[in-house]
Amino acid sequence: MTAIDLGLPKIGGLDGVPTTDETYKAKDFKSDQEVRWCPGCGDYIVLNTMQAFLPSLGVKRENIVFVSGIGCSSRFPYYMNTYGFHSIHGRAPAIATGLAVARPDLSVFVITGDGDALSIGGNHLIHALRRNVNVKILLFNNRIYGLTKGQYSPTSEEGKITKSTPMGSLDHPFNPISLALGAEATFVARALDSDKKGLSEVLTAATQHRGSAFVEIYQNCPIFNDGAFDVLKDKDESARRIVPLRPGEPITFGSENEYAVVRGEFGFDIAKVADIDASSIVTHDPTIQDPSYAFALSRIGGQDLSHTPVGIFRQVSRTTYDDAARAQIESARKTQEPDLQALLTGNDTWTVA
Amino acid sequence: MSTSETTPEQTAGDRTRPVEKLDRVVIRFAGDSGDGMQLTGDRFTSETAAFGNDLATLPNFPAEIRAPQGTIPGVSSFQVHFADYDILTPGDRPDVLVVMNPAALKANIGDLPHGGTIIANTDEFTKRNLAKVGYETNPLDDGSLEPYQVHKVAMSTLTRGAVEQVGLGKKDAERAKNMFALGLLSWMYHRPTEGTEKFLRTKFARKPDIAEANILAFRAGWNYGETTEAFSVTYDVAPAKLPPGQYRQITGNTALAYGIVAAGQRSGLPVVLGSYPITPASDILHELSKHKAFDVTTIQAEDEIAGIGAALGASYGGALGVTSTSGPGVALKSETIGLAVMTELPLIVIDVQRGGPSTGLPTKTEQADLLQALYGRNGESPVPVVAPRSPGDCFDMALEAARIALTYRTPVILLSDGAIANGSEPWLIPDADKLPDLRVQFASEPNAMDGSNEFWPYVRDTETLAREWAVPGTAGLEHRIGGLEKADNRGNISYDPDNHDRMVRLRQAKIDGIKVPDVEVDDPTGDARVLALGWGSSFGPIGAACRRVRSSGMKIAQAHLQYLNPLPANLGTVLESYDVVIVPEMNLGQLATVLRARYLVDIRSYTKVAGLPFKAAELAEVFTDVINDSEPSADGSDAHVLTEAVE
Ligand code: SF4
Repeated sequence: MTAIDLGLPKIGGLDGVPTTDETYKAKDFKSDQEVRWCPGCGDYIVLNTMQAFLPSLGVKRENIVFVSGIGCSSRFPYYMNTYGFHSIHGRAPAIATGLAVARPDLSVFVITGDGDALSIGGNHLIHALRRNVNVKILLFNNRIYGLTKGQYSPTSEEGKITKSTPMGSLDHPFNPISLALGAEATFVARALDSDKKGLSEVLTAATQHRGSAFVEIYQNCPIFNDGAFDVLKDKDESARRIVPLRPGEPITFGSENEYAVVRGEFGFDIAKVADIDASSIVTHDPTIQDPSYAFALSRIGGQDLSHTPVGIFRQVSRTTYDDAARAQIESARKTQEPDLQALLTGNDTWTVA
Repeated sequence: MSTSETTPEQTAGDRTRPVEKLDRVVIRFAGDSGDGMQLTGDRFTSETAAFGNDLATLPNFPAEIRAPQGTIPGVSSFQVHFADYDILTPGDRPDVLVVMNPAALKANIGDLPHGGTIIANTDEFTKRNLAKVGYETNPLDDGSLEPYQVHKVAMSTLTRGAVEQVGLGKKDAERAKNMFALGLLSWMYHRPTEGTEKFLRTKFARKPDIAEANILAFRAGWNYGETTEAFSVTYDVAPAKLPPGQYRQITGNTALAYGIVAAGQRSGLPVVLGSYPITPASDILHELSKHKAFDVTTIQAEDEIAGIGAALGASYGGALGVTSTSGPGVALKSETIGLAVMTELPLIVIDVQRGGPSTGLPTKTEQADLLQALYGRNGESPVPVVAPRSPGDCFDMALEAARIALTYRTPVILLSDGAIANGSEPWLIPDADKLPDLRVQFASEPNAMDGSNEFWPYVRDTETLAREWAVPGTAGLEHRIGGLEKADNRGNISYDPDNHDRMVRLRQAKIDGIKVPDVEVDDPTGDARVLALGWGSSFGPIGAACRRVRSSGMKIAQAHLQYLNPLPANLGTVLESYDVVIVPEMNLGQLATVLRARYLVDIRSYTKVAGLPFKAAELAEVFTDVINDSEPSADGSDAHVLTEAVE
């Protein structure tokens, strides 16, 4: 087997999607359906942010599609006045793959949750990411099963007491960012539901990215897992926990920028700026091809949110599966006429008189 | 072997040997799975097709890629039946058995009728190989094969000698022995040889010395027959009188793939196949992956579920979504088939059935997925089901599946099986321009029934009950669909009890109302009292059995179902017109169960689940018993079926 350089031009995530002169407003993206999430659910903020953000893309509304699986967040498409497909549990990335392959003129979003994407649909998620299909996968991580009323999820902390785990859960959780990077996703980012600005920035970059974009959104579920991310929202606490990732800038954080990310023995460590040479601070570069860099960043802190990098971990260019599939069709058409009669006839025939 | 006449000293070409005329012959090539028996059989089949005989083939190979060499589980065989008239099956039992080693003899001798011919490669009948399969003495020498005509040929040695000039190692040289066998059989049956030589040169274009060795071995086999006195007669099976036209040979899987390509061309839609490799369906994926120029995209997905998911996603986007699999894969795809039922999107699900349950018998055939196809989903989830009855019919039924899927916006399950997937037959090449027109109309305008300027995704065509297909990218028709119950017409989520009841009935009514052709009954005298009814790949054996029964003076009618859901409108009347309806199936009576429930008729079920197609003789006996039971003759004696009858 030989690898073939398909010689594809480097293009943006929305290239091929028809643009519009119409100036949409957020309300143009609101459907007539009553939103039915619980009061205070983080999903509301993400929905509002999305509706406010989409007009900035300048693409035709009818060419935007939201595909979802099953779970609270997967109701999202019903509330968007675009095309939408609320599918079955865990399978949205597979359905979106077929859609993206068939239709280069669409901007395809996958809306999923921690149970949908990481448990029942884990396989489809990693394969969509490794193929680099041009879809934007937004994972609403609330670290709990909401729709089924409060069982622990693959991102719940170990020992979590829930309806299905009265003595505490036994499973070690996934770090979704690390998982996506392990699948060599070409675009990986994290945002908080409460941070409209940061979320919009990440969504903009994700949409412009050609290929799979994976965005983990920490989302509060006030009913079954309230306050899971409170430490990241508390003014005092958040400063020393949130590690903002700004391309081209040294990675520092804290209310006075007194902490920094430095190279450690295998990965990255946290150090006090005062204790180290400024040159040892890591300068963020999401375009580094080797996923180990972004992976090391994803390992800073942990499930306890002691340190939580937020922003774009990785943004690299690689041929997308759907572009490559279409390129093969194109090149086949250049060398072969689609002659159905010739196909049916083949080379080995005989005639009965 | 049915013999008609022997013409001594008749010359064929440069041969001076008696030529015996036969109307049909069944040859089985058997050897180790490394011996290239499938290729040998394929080539003999091609030569036979080129010669103009009607034919049918039955490959039979182990599930293991390479079972231990020389053992019974490692035996691979290929049976070809050819005749001077139209035949229906690959033949029950071989007339000629070619065995490349003791395991092949042991595994197949039970099928060879007394008087049959064995051609054995003596070189492989070594002490060690005999011991491997439990022969204490060499059956070629100990008299145990007395009832047969045995030809002992040192094929490996002769092949080695023939290809010596090429300078290959011993192993590589001997590998060409299958071509020696092919050459010998080609000589015996007067097969044309140019095709095989051309084939070998193309196949081994990059390895000219291998090509040369194979051709030399092939010719050596031919010359061995021609020059030695070992074979005293050759055989002539005249070309068959088939309907006029241009023919080619085709397997079921290839015909299915071509049907899908044709459906894409005739509908004007791109085809997206989402599939995961599985025996015996993988060849459909392989074949379709070659036809990208026809705007066919194949996605080898991460699993069965992703395969159908990608296909459904493509259908949602306005393509013809297709997924191909076998029974275990259908089990995994069930939830997505349900989603396609709920979202009312076109989708073709190809199930090439194999022995089950679970992993079952991957390389063997069975018809036991019928109830799975009809009912194997949660909720009331009606899905049209069609089933081709022969390799060539796979092409037509693929087009039918596409017609139903596109017209009625529904997933359609096509049930093929291992026997027709790998079996081949001559195929009257269709005229591409005369294939059905499958063009579809996407929705382009708002359709709200209240006059508002909205698009309601579940407004139905009054005749077909199909909903409109509005593809993303259509301005003004933005809408949301999904697996939750939909409000009638508007398509919003609805938990309303009456609405659910109505929607369940509407989905059922849509499938029940699909137009399918009436089932045709073959009842030559018009007064048979017994009807043999089948579906799928058993068409051949049932038809052949009916011929046998009729040729012994009894009456039987035959009908075959290609549409399992909905069933043909005239089926109820047909069933009522006969005293006895006998339904042979390669399962435990699944169609019989459906028919009894649906028509309240007393179906006689005959079942066998051995992983192999029915034999015509076996069914003929069953039918004869049924006929005798239903109308005992005046003198009380039972009629008997001819065992050596036309087939
Ligand atoms: S259960 Fe939790 S995640 Fe689900 S809608 Fe309610 S608050 Fe939101």
